[in-house]
Amino acid sequence: MATEEQLFALDEGVPANPVEELLRMDRIPHIWCPGCGIGTTVNCFVRALQTSGTDLTKVAVVSGIGCTGRVAGYINLDSFHTTHGRAIPFATGLKLANPELKVIVYSGDGDLTAIGGNHFIHAARRNMDLTVILVNNMIYGMTGGQVAPTTPLTATASTMPHGNYEQTFNLPFLAESCGAVYVARWTAYHVRHLTKSIKEAMAKKGFSFIEILAPCPTLYSRRNKLGDGLEQMVYFKDYSEIRHGADTKSVALDFQGKIVVGKFVDKERPTYQQAMYDHFAKKLGDRYVPSEEMRKVFHGPDGN
Amino acid sequence: MAESATAKKVKGTVVIVAERCKGCGFCAEFCPTDALELSSQYNAKGYHPPVLARKDDCTGCDICGMVCPDFAIYGFIRKKGKGN
Repeated sequence: MATEEQLFALDEGVPANPVEELLRMDRIPHIWCPGCGIGTTVNCFVRALQTSGTDLTKVAVVSGIGCTGRVAGYINLDSFHTTHGRAIPFATGLKLANPELKVIVYSGDGDLTAIGGNHFIHAARRNMDLTVILVNNMIYGMTGGQVAPTTPLTATASTMPHGNYEQTFNLPFLAESCGAVYVARWTAYHVRHLTKSIKEAMAKKGFSFIEILAPCPTLYSRRNKLGDGLEQMVYFKDYSEIRHGADTKSVALDFQGKIVVGKFVDKERPTYQQAMYDHFAKKLGDRYVPSEEMRKVFHGPDGN
Repeated sequence: MAESATAKKVKGTVVIVAERCKGCGFCAEFCPTDALELSSQYNAKGYHPPVLARKDDCTGCDICGMVCPDFAIYGFIRKKGKGN
């Protein structure tokens, strides 16, 4: 067994944790509970950013409210912590004003699909060029464990003391049916798959959506007597099945049931701005004067 | 583990920032070669940080670094002639 000196001694010669350069280290340790999976997803996200070769000065991270909404505050990039549910509208505005930006929406299930549900479906319908990373912990974490649209049937929440009887959103199906061009689901356990998937989603033009299941040990697991975060992670490991290209209709989640993970949708569709540019260029011809940024992105770097 | 006892195995190690650890145990549970375990010591917040209990089994695969929610550990492959 290691002595206390060995345990707390940091070797001077070794490099600092590689993810630190993209985190606001003055805010670490973060607020997430021990056993919460959000930190794991952030870890994968930062590694994906670092290895993707993206110009990090042109990346913006937008979050809403909630436990996952804190992510924007911990990432050391241009980031914004918006009002509840309004991460996607803010990100849409960012993208419209500056088409060169790679805008990543990083928020929770309650934020993006409950209060922000309308924005979610319309951004997917328009195929806004956003990468939406949704961390699904199946409950409203920060506000005290109320039932969320993603809480599985029969699971207990603070506003559902006798078990949930509301039908649950099947988020990959919702995203696909609204027109998302990239839809994947992973859990906090699938760290390597998730990192690869985030890289693919960032490279994709259009509305790309990744749902990540993460344990919520304090509210969801404890209230449902599912043990701690580690036990939820072991459940993710044992009960998930990778099925790439699975029909999203068949991937709904049950309470502690099988989890189908994988990349479900990967297709091409013109993005909102591409469609707008093409439409105006065709209809108006020379009378269409796009902004400098639009010209740069849709006409190539020389702007002709 | 049996596979890790081969002669050609990759040598790796981990860096642990014990004070940042919240003791969730993800790293020790999901270490592919079972080289990590939670220490019996406490950090200042009262959690048990991980410790590299079986140094020779570590391959530096960095799974611990990726599952760690608190950025408190990461693994890397040791370069020849460096470290011990």
